[in-house]
Amino acid sequence: MTKPAAANDTGGDGSLGTAPPVLAYVGCGIGYADTRVVHDVDLLIERGESVALLGANGSGKTTLVRAALGLARVQTGSLELFGTPVNRMRDRARVGYVPQRHTVATSVPATVAEVVACGRLARTSPLRRLAARTRAADAEAVRRALEVVGLAHRARTSVAELSGGQQRRVLIARALAADPEVLLLDEPTAGVDSASQLALAATLADLSTSGTTLVVVTHELGAMADVVARAVVMRDGRVVHDGPLDGATRTRWDEPGHHHPDDHHVEEPHLGEPHDAWLPRPQIGG
Amino acid sequence: MPEILDYDFMRRALLAAALVGLAAPVVGIFLVQRRLSLIGDGLGHVALAGVAAGLLTGQAPVWTALAAAVAAALLLETVRWRGQTSGDVVLAVIFYGGIAGGVVLISLAPAGNAANLAPYLFGAITTTTAADVRVFAVLAVVLLSSALVLRPWLFAVSNDEEYARAVGLPAQAVNIALAVMTAVTVVLSMRTVGLLLISALMVVPNATAQQLAGSFRASLATAVGIGLVASVSGVTTSYYADVPSGGTIVLLAIAGFVAAVGIRAARDRLPARDRSAAP
Repeated sequence: MTKPAAANDTGGDGSLGTAPPVLAYVGCGIGYADTRVVHDVDLLIERGESVALLGANGSGKTTLVRAALGLARVQTGSLELFGTPVNRMRDRARVGYVPQRHTVATSVPATVAEVVACGRLARTSPLRRLAARTRAADAEAVRRALEVVGLAHRARTSVAELSGGQQRRVLIARALAADPEVLLLDEPTAGVDSASQLALAATLADLSTSGTTLVVVTHELGAMADVVARAVVMRDGRVVHDGPLDGATRTRWDEPGHHHPDDHHVEEPHLGEPHDAWLPRPQIGG
Repeated sequence: MPEILDYDFMRRALLAAALVGLAAPVVGIFLVQRRLSLIGDGLGHVALAGVAAGLLTGQAPVWTALAAAVAAALLLETVRWRGQTSGDVVLAVIFYGGIAGGVVLISLAPAGNAANLAPYLFGAITTTTAADVRVFAVLAVVLLSSALVLRPWLFAVSNDEEYARAVGLPAQAVNIALAVMTAVTVVLSMRTVGLLLISALMVVPNATAQQLAGSFRASLATAVGIGLVASVSGVTTSYYADVPSGGTIVLLAIAGFVAAVGIRAARDRLPARDRSAAP
């Protein structure tokens, strides 16, 4: 399924035109310690949008998302989450995060439900959780989240027994357990077989339909092409394209394995758009 | 009533052992999850410096050891959080700094006092006083209730710290709480298994439970059960066989681990045999 690329100014609560953007980067420079990774980015993501952040490894797309999570520092400009500067954002449960991990298993055994329950903690506190009512509500939220990703029947299974694709869905369920308004997914399909990619895409499409804002960081669209409606392309820490996901972008970015992480020759899609939509192409290889 | 319970010192010893057997695996499971299994060793060595300071100044060693171990735990976690250097390097500095400090401090004591370190290094559970047991009981209750209330947060941060930070969980506070809980466990256990072996009681029951359990909850319950059985049976064995309690407890825990590995291997082979027997 696809959604309109235009910014949706209808808030999740049905209010019209008054809701601030989910994410608002204005003249944003982002980095770690003394290193600048993202330069001068202006980007608005409105409620209900489904956006792909495309680019080769090192292009800055993950850092862009990590800044919204407080994991990378905004060095210049501003970044607001739901109208609040990111460093003053307290209600982080509104943001769901699905990190790029190949496994959720650790050296200590854990079931699917136990891992997903971690996502619920952003909505509670140790004292509140002493109440049986809170624990029951948390268990219900975990059950719902697992149903959404189609893993309710595996709740008591050890996560170590799941396939890579199923483990990604566990991570999505963990994020969903907090009932977030936006999901930030970092390379959700990397290393996942095509059947699992399709299952992931179906889950995300359902979430998008139900109003969850999606931001998918990826270096290849694959099955995500049917989920996202807007493509933001990054290169060398800058946004070099921002527009609807059209046929040309799909063609360039949807071939698994086509984009080698270090291959700068393939990081820029050919969109057939006016060249002034792009920053000057760097000279590769001298 | 068994003969072993006729003596006050053995009743105290068994109670102290039970407290340690319960508490050490509860804290240890999160250390294993964070791949910080040896942190107990590092803090044990700092606690030794605290014991030496206590013996030198005439203070109760349990409190000076607790102060030293908690201070080291806070330092370790603060340095690690700031990312100034890797965790294992900090652990090594604490490890060697603690034992070096203990040796130097005890050398300053009047002749004859150096021998007093041995009960803390290897455990001397039968010399546990009623006052010691009361302190250990309070520490164990605080430790276990903290672990019970904080368990979901400790699990979440130990499972995926970056995710915890990203969604606004108090990851640093949780890490500090775990570091302090580890320090308390070290002090709680020093008379039972000794500072050189305390890490074993935090880690081995959990390593055993991992072989048998499929969930975190079952793993924790199994580890606590193993810790309790190993501690109490270790003290009992040491009484009848006249061998040191600390080493006996740890050897019994390791025997349990070896047995669990065997059970796991047998269990894993069963389906393969079934498949090969199928037409």
